[in-house]
Amino acid sequence: MNQWSNFTKGFIKESPTFALILGMCPTLGVSSAAINGLGMGLATTFVLAMSNLFISALKDFIPDKVRIPAFIVVIASFVTMVDLVMAAYVPALHKTLGIFIPLIVVNCIVLGRAEAFASRNSVISSLIDGLGMGLGFTFALIMLGCIREALGNGSVFGYKFINPTSNGILIFVLAPGAFITLGFLIAFINRFRKTS
Amino acid sequence: MEYILIIVSAIIVNNVVLTQFLGICPFLGVSNKLSTAIGMSGAVVFVMTLATIVTFLVHHYILIPLQIAFLQTIAYILVIAALVQMVEIILKKISPSLYQALGIFLPLITTNCAVLGVALLVIQKNYNLMESVVYTIATALGFGLALIIFSGLREQIELNQVPKGMKGAPIALVTAGLLSLAFMGFSGIVK
Amino acid sequence: MAKKESTLKNMVICLLTITVVASAALAGVYNMTKEPIAAAANQKKIDAIHQVIPDFDRLKRIAYLPPDGKDSVILYYGYKNDSLVGVAVETYSERGFSGHIGLMVGFKADGTINSIEVLEQKETPGLGTKMTEPAFKDQFKGLDISKLPNEQPKVKKDQGTIEAITAATISSRAFCDAVQRAYQAKKRGDEK
Repeated sequence: MNQWSNFTKGFIKESPTFALILGMCPTLGVSSAAINGLGMGLATTFVLAMSNLFISALKDFIPDKVRIPAFIVVIASFVTMVDLVMAAYVPALHKTLGIFIPLIVVNCIVLGRAEAFASRNSVISSLIDGLGMGLGFTFALIMLGCIREALGNGSVFGYKFINPTSNGILIFVLAPGAFITLGFLIAFINRFRKTS
Repeated sequence: MEYILIIVSAIIVNNVVLTQFLGICPFLGVSNKLSTAIGMSGAVVFVMTLATIVTFLVHHYILIPLQIAFLQTIAYILVIAALVQMVEIILKKISPSLYQALGIFLPLITTNCAVLGVALLVIQKNYNLMESVVYTIATALGFGLALIIFSGLREQIELNQVPKGMKGAPIALVTAGLLSLAFMGFSGIVK
Repeated sequence: MAKKESTLKNMVICLLTITVVASAALAGVYNMTKEPIAAAANQKKIDAIHQVIPDFDRLKRIAYLPPDGKDSVILYYGYKNDSLVGVAVETYSERGFSGHIGLMVGFKADGTINSIEVLEQKETPGLGTKMTEPAFKDQFKGLDISKLPNEQPKVKKDQGTIEAITAATISSRAFCDAVQRAYQAKKRGDEK
């Protein structure tokens, strides 16, 4: 496939969230506000891109039997890097995302792409795959975040568009709302995917 | 009394899956048959408890004294991966039938965010070893509870007419949402 | 391009190399970010102290461990020209809906509350997070806790005077808990 379709497949066709149903934990956990979704998505994209890059570069040096632990160390290193850098330069967002930042290491998307793509493709392709999947994931998070924040809090990215003192439909920023909104969103996108 | 509070809170008030969003992947993936759900829950209880104890010791007796706490993520995930490998080998030897039944789900426990999540949480909450163990077992039981209830619901859904677009993940998620809503009713119990 | 064979030697060398290189890289990043991380945490506190008590030129810091708590409450006595202008108390409560909340409560020299800043909270956006808004926290301005029954600020549901945040009673209660902890610590600190 050409690099453009390699990059864009992560947005709809092979979207980790809507098509592959991977990475559900952070998707549900940080999508109560759009900005959290954006921050989480970008952090994950960095980890995905860098680990895909390194794993692809090292693929001929990693014996088959230890490839999973090797991948895990590489991924965990980039996750730790992101964690430290975020704590230093965006402390408020870091605190809000909390435990989901180190949990990027067990995000099935990351290990999944390392195993399915990076370990068998060229460095450039793997980098683009990582970027595409990561940004596609970010796109899904922002979509879910905007919907939940708009319905549940009457705001988008913190900018409130309803009367400042009134509340939205609260359930959407709570746990049940996360599940239900995501469920309907996947169904809706699936319709769109099938007919495209 | 502290322990009762921790237990009740972990199982129903702050249920790991339905409120904290950890362990969703196996929750959605394993829950379509009741028997696999039960097997998975047992495996998770076992691995989670063992993992938390070992990572706790590693954190307090290796990482902190050597001032390499920033290697926490790497250390933890390697410990968990190693533990799961060991459990696989042991299980193969002592109960091949259970090993077969769990199939691919056993290695998947490594990427179960609930296992790593709980190991990290007990450090964040500053629990001592005993409290950590209690919290972990209670959390794993909460995971099992949610998983078993959910798979019962899903088996029922299989028998019904679901609109085509909603089949699979969407209807599962909406059902999970309703289950989460039900569990929200418990939130007043611990003050 | 042949893949490396999975001999024991190769496996061990590979894993060891990767781990060592990774750890070294991380140690580097850690050293680079150590200071900004500490500074960011500190800066927030200093800013909060400035916001909750009147202008000061000297701070005296006392730590106090409450009998029921795991962490210390920190008292910052602010002096200007050697006279006490206020006490900023870094307090907390573990009873938030999502756990830990941290507040900086500012008391005037006369013992009433001057202002409160929220240092950290992970409450639900749109609900518990409203504790950072003036509509809720300004209720505490001017409050003299020594005059409240049992010296405890409470929400209206608990026969108190504080209007809780709609649908966020737990967060509101935790806020009161933290304020009360601050007051108790200050009482002890004043005695010293």
